[in-house]
Amino acid sequence: MAGLKDTPRHSSWMETGFRFLTWGAGFFILILLLAMMAVLIYDAWPAIQKFGLDFLISTEWNPVLGKFGALTTIIGTLVSTALAMILAVPLALGVALFLTEMAPDFLRPVFGTAIELLAAIPSIIYGMWGLFIFAPILADHVQPWLSEHLGFLPLFQGPPMGIGMLNAGIVLAVMILPFMASVIRDMLLMTPQVLKESAYGLGATTWEVIWQVVMPYGRRGIVGGLFLGLGRALGETMAVTFVIGNAHELSWSLFDPANTIASTLANEFTEAADPIYLSALVELGLVLFLITFVVLGLAEWWLRHTAPRGLEK
Amino acid sequence: MMKTRSKTVRKLVNIAALLASGLSAIIGLVFLVWILLDVFSKGIGAINWKFFTELPTPPGISGGGLANAMLGTVIITVLATILGVPLGILAGTYLSEFGRNRLGEIIRFLTNTFVSAPSIVIGVFVYAVMVVPLGNFSGLAGGISLAIIMLPVVTRTTEEMLRLVPDSMREAALALGAPYWHMVWKVAYRSAGAGMMTGIILAIARVSGETAPLLFTALNSPYWPNGIMQPMANLTVTIFNYAMSPYEDWQVQAWGGSLLIALTVLVMNIAARMVVRRAGKSRKR
Amino acid sequence: MKFLPTDIPVKIQVRGLNFFYGRKQALFENNLDVAEKKVTAFIGPSGCGKSTHIRTYNRMYSLYPDQRAEGELIMDGRNILGDDVDLIDLRTRVGMVFQKPTPFPMTVFDNVAYGIRLKSRMSKEILKEKVEKALRDAALWDEVKDHLHSLGTDLSGGQQQRLCIARAIAVEPEVILMDEPCSALDPVATYKIEDLIGRLKTRFTIVIVTHNMQQAARVSDYTAFFYLGKCIEFGDTEKIFTNPTEKETEDYITGRFG
Repeated sequence: MAGLKDTPRHSSWMETGFRFLTWGAGFFILILLLAMMAVLIYDAWPAIQKFGLDFLISTEWNPVLGKFGALTTIIGTLVSTALAMILAVPLALGVALFLTEMAPDFLRPVFGTAIELLAAIPSIIYGMWGLFIFAPILADHVQPWLSEHLGFLPLFQGPPMGIGMLNAGIVLAVMILPFMASVIRDMLLMTPQVLKESAYGLGATTWEVIWQVVMPYGRRGIVGGLFLGLGRALGETMAVTFVIGNAHELSWSLFDPANTIASTLANEFTEAADPIYLSALVELGLVLFLITFVVLGLAEWWLRHTAPRGLEK
Repeated sequence: MMKTRSKTVRKLVNIAALLASGLSAIIGLVFLVWILLDVFSKGIGAINWKFFTELPTPPGISGGGLANAMLGTVIITVLATILGVPLGILAGTYLSEFGRNRLGEIIRFLTNTFVSAPSIVIGVFVYAVMVVPLGNFSGLAGGISLAIIMLPVVTRTTEEMLRLVPDSMREAALALGAPYWHMVWKVAYRSAGAGMMTGIILAIARVSGETAPLLFTALNSPYWPNGIMQPMANLTVTIFNYAMSPYEDWQVQAWGGSLLIALTVLVMNIAARMVVRRAGKSRKR
Repeated sequence: MKFLPTDIPVKIQVRGLNFFYGRKQALFENNLDVAEKKVTAFIGPSGCGKSTHIRTYNRMYSLYPDQRAEGELIMDGRNILGDDVDLIDLRTRVGMVFQKPTPFPMTVFDNVAYGIRLKSRMSKEILKEKVEKALRDAALWDEVKDHLHSLGTDLSGGQQQRLCIARAIAVEPEVILMDEPCSALDPVATYKIEDLIGRLKTRFTIVIVTHNMQQAARVSDYTAFFYLGKCIEFGDTEKIFTNPTEKETEDYITGRFG
């Protein structure tokens, strides 16, 4: 009987090659992200140099005069996202709870699949719907009612045009709703049946089981899902560009047209002939990239930080 | 002394909360069904034979179709798939099989955040590194932007699916004297295959409906695609341009395009589900 | 008795084997001999280290960066724990069957052919013969000969485990490790596997980990009793079960703990 061979076998170059190939692909992701960051900074550099911090705190966006301040679009991005979250989070929780805990058994898979399919609908379709269908309804029915009853708030003043911040917030909310609902649903489904049954066995009502057992159990995933929805809303382009009105003006009123970083890029990028104009737009992109990166990084951190450690073996 | 909580109050709270939750579910579903119905009813009018076979006509002249845009979207999506999927599978393999270390941690973290990076910024990036140096917009640049969007999605599903392959399966193959690459290739991929396939189909479906990253990479064109180094017509940017235009026939065409995109994405999603279901069935038998 | 008498051929000599999961030591100075073409059983309460021990024989632990073994495992005059050992060769010579059946997601035929194809190229006819022989040796041929091209995962649990045994013996290893091969099976399937082990030992050196003492008594020639990571006693199966030297062994055999 031959002893154990120490010489590498014919397949060992395949082994090395395979490891190297997968490692290269993994490393490529790292490089790609770094390259993205570097390229954005490089192309934004003229604007960064020219405007400095003013870029972030000035509201003046005037391509004709070559003055660029991003505050309007940053605020527009944050406000539209906040509006969307305020509207969508309770609805998403409601939909998810309905799907997992309340809907009759035969409806659950049907509704669940429907929600997941809706989450896959491209955002441009939400944008079109917002522009052609929802804007007129908003202008004719919702905005006048809001002015009448809540008009003492600066938020609901001004002419009802349909298009503007309010519409953008609502369309964004409708867009992220199915996505968040399906993520939350997946998390809620992970609650072990035994846990729920033991709570019911103690005489808890459905709501008490949801609030005291299911929600705390799925809390980690739910928050993760909400963050992902937030990230989507921040970076969304098409759903917003159609309906926000694209005006570089700050206004208290949600009825007024506004702008987000993404919609500004979509509208102006191909028209920017002046190098400094283009550079300012790239800087906008950089700001958006950083904002979403921070938000998603926070989400990741949260998910890891709260990950159950388990018992060491 | 113990104070008992009133059963009536508890029951009322229960009913109120359930009603609120049911109501929000109804509101959510109503909006979503409303959107789908509108896309269908407005889009169906635009769909006819010419819509699939003819080039667009200038505004004011009725008729014409979006055949060039459909072909362009297919080309761009295929390019993205060719570039993004193999790379994603390899990267996911790295994370699952060899990435239990510091570098793996970093790449995993970046991939997870990358998954929902704003797609328009990816368009800006590709514009800067491809369109500017080459001097023109191109279908290839569009394909590359979509590939960058697919990459982290495919990476993540590949890793997740490979992690579901039990270690005992890996050990069984290695215990027969299989080299690691052979085990991954013949056993792990096969075992995770259905899940990976689903992930890939979903990723393709997602990018086929993307607009923002194409705006300044592939641009758009009223002509048939003429090589991947030229600006290329595509459905989503066409929908955007047509919908924002003041011409009514263009807007009708935009609805038709939206319906087509929505149906395509839905069909791909349903197909992805069927892959999983079939694999699940044969395993259970 | 710590080691085998010199007149019995030894396949693997275990000398001073220590094992670590990270910083935690799991095996302490294990010493024993594995006799050639005999069945050696490892028994002991769960967590005693018997599975850890068997996984050093084919270096399965090398897959996991934080696991490490020290000491000597001499097989045919070579220490298989050495860094210079080609793991692929080692694992071709030392096959393994796991606790849960692990059929690959491919056909019955391809499952058995997997290892054969790895080892060498051959014509279809020879491959078919080899697969058939392995399946016959694993007492599975009659049950699957008409279903060679259906999925291995579609077989019953006992059939799956015999498929895994067929897959392992198809590459003609010298040693077969079995890590609680029957713990997921019903009594009838267990009986078939035990029967099979009795017939295979004429050709292979077999090491079996089991938590079932009757099984160890039925199938093995030699038995090692493990407790808290130590190999407490090793010797003839008959002697271990009728007249153990150590008190812990006796307590375990008579069911006073574990």
